[in-house]
Amino acid sequence: MIRIWSWGALIIGMIYFILPLVGMTEFSLSMRRGEYSFDAYAVVLSDSQFQATFSYSVIMALFTIVFGVLLVVPTAYWVRLRMPELRPYVEFITLLPLVIPAIVVVFGYIRLYNTSSWLPMTGTALGTNILLMFGYATLSLPYMYRAVDTGLRAVDVGTLTEAAQSLGASWVTILARIILPNVLAAVLSGAFLTFAIVMGEFTMAALLDRPAFGPYMQLLGANRAYEPSALAVIAFAITWACMGLIQLVTRFTKHTRAQT
Amino acid sequence: MAGMTSLRRFAPLRWLGMVPFFAFTFLFLILPTLYIVFGAFRTPQGAFTFDNILALNTPSIRSAYWVSIKVSFMSALLGCLIGFAMAAAVTVGRLPRGVRNPLVTFSGVASNFAGVPLAFAFIATIGPAGLITAYLRTEWGINLRLLGFNLLSTKGLILTYLFFQIPLMILIITPALDGLKREWREAAAILGASGFQYWRSVALPILFPSILGTLALLFANAFGAVATAIALTGPSLNIAPILLYAQIRGDVLGSPNLGYALAFGMIVITGLANTVYIWLRARSERWLK
Repeated sequence: MIRIWSWGALIIGMIYFILPLVGMTEFSLSMRRGEYSFDAYAVVLSDSQFQATFSYSVIMALFTIVFGVLLVVPTAYWVRLRMPELRPYVEFITLLPLVIPAIVVVFGYIRLYNTSSWLPMTGTALGTNILLMFGYATLSLPYMYRAVDTGLRAVDVGTLTEAAQSLGASWVTILARIILPNVLAAVLSGAFLTFAIVMGEFTMAALLDRPAFGPYMQLLGANRAYEPSALAVIAFAITWACMGLIQLVTRFTKHTRAQT
Repeated sequence: MAGMTSLRRFAPLRWLGMVPFFAFTFLFLILPTLYIVFGAFRTPQGAFTFDNILALNTPSIRSAYWVSIKVSFMSALLGCLIGFAMAAAVTVGRLPRGVRNPLVTFSGVASNFAGVPLAFAFIATIGPAGLITAYLRTEWGINLRLLGFNLLSTKGLILTYLFFQIPLMILIITPALDGLKREWREAAAILGASGFQYWRSVALPILFPSILGTLALLFANAFGAVATAIALTGPSLNIAPILLYAQIRGDVLGSPNLGYALAFGMIVITGLANTVYIWLRARSERWLK
């Protein structure tokens, strides 16, 4: 009896999830009347706007990841090693981006860092790009910090640091060659999630007026019929790939941990 | 340990390691938010005032908040119910073991598949020319539009938001369901409780803080969502995030400080929901650890 109910709940739920995926795939393939074709994909992929915005977002994602790692790994390490009393506060701050809607944060950016302010970041394209990258970094902060902090939990930070220091290692050496390799799996999990977030982000990029993939998708959606579905399939594939890579990385580390 | 104590003596050095983090989060997270919050209580000339907050009380802004709250609450409630049913099915529902991991993995993907592409997927499926809409019309003669269903409405928004709400519920509640000890069920059974009684008097009271807390989290999650709503309905639907978006783009309210007040209202609502979530999570950890 319980089993019937369980199957029922699961199957009804799965139908809800599968139908939109089928719908978007079917729609993306039906640009040519009467038969399935990859025309919508061909149109999208050969669109110079697509190529420009897609590569812009990929580059932004990579910069965000590098910045996030440089910010989060030393901080999480330092909190574990020397400032455990600060942990609740740091954790609270890293969770704030989940509380404050992104649209509010970017609203503040526009008012605080506009051309007539003390730090006129939106005055130049480069400045705005950096501001957008900072915005992405705050969006990914909760995930990045939690991933790295969980990774550090499995490492004896104090002993490793003392061993390295007694061999004459500098702080940079300790972080780059001892701590980072030990939490690499966690860092990669955070990085892939950051990548997925940045690739799909719309609000910040649109309000800062940067040519990112999210605003491009929205614009295409307002003007075309079949191409948006092709974009949705591509975006879904990116999300799947990122999540798959996270699973792979986690499984891989579990495997090596078990051996040692 | 000698190195540690010698470093401890230089307390400022310890703090030096935290400077990048605090500087960054202060400048690009806290200060922008505070700027909005203070702006909500200031006149354009900079004097303190409650007028902006009071000016929110217009029919159009009130309805924007109200529709937002309704959509967020309904999608959170349905997401909780359906997500709980699915999570219960794969944890305590005696399904084959192989079902569970794929569902959790899929939930991880689906909870991150939000924003613009999600709206496209639903437009392609159940929009005016979508797969299901066309199928029902040609094969069954059912016109969804005549039946009162329109994807580009609050109902459509709720239906679409469920795509990331349900998976989030599954991800959060599955560990809680795992925390139900088998001894509790056995103890209840020995005392003569039926399955229903066990759920009503033991399992649900233990899970209740988790479920309610997740409801608050899902509510905040939907409340701040901008991209899905804009891609789905364009600027036509009057909900708080879309109104704020239009205000930032083109000052549709005609007063920058009223815009701050609108944003401040959103922070208050998501802040309250998250406080409820954190408080209830702490409570639920008493039993489920």
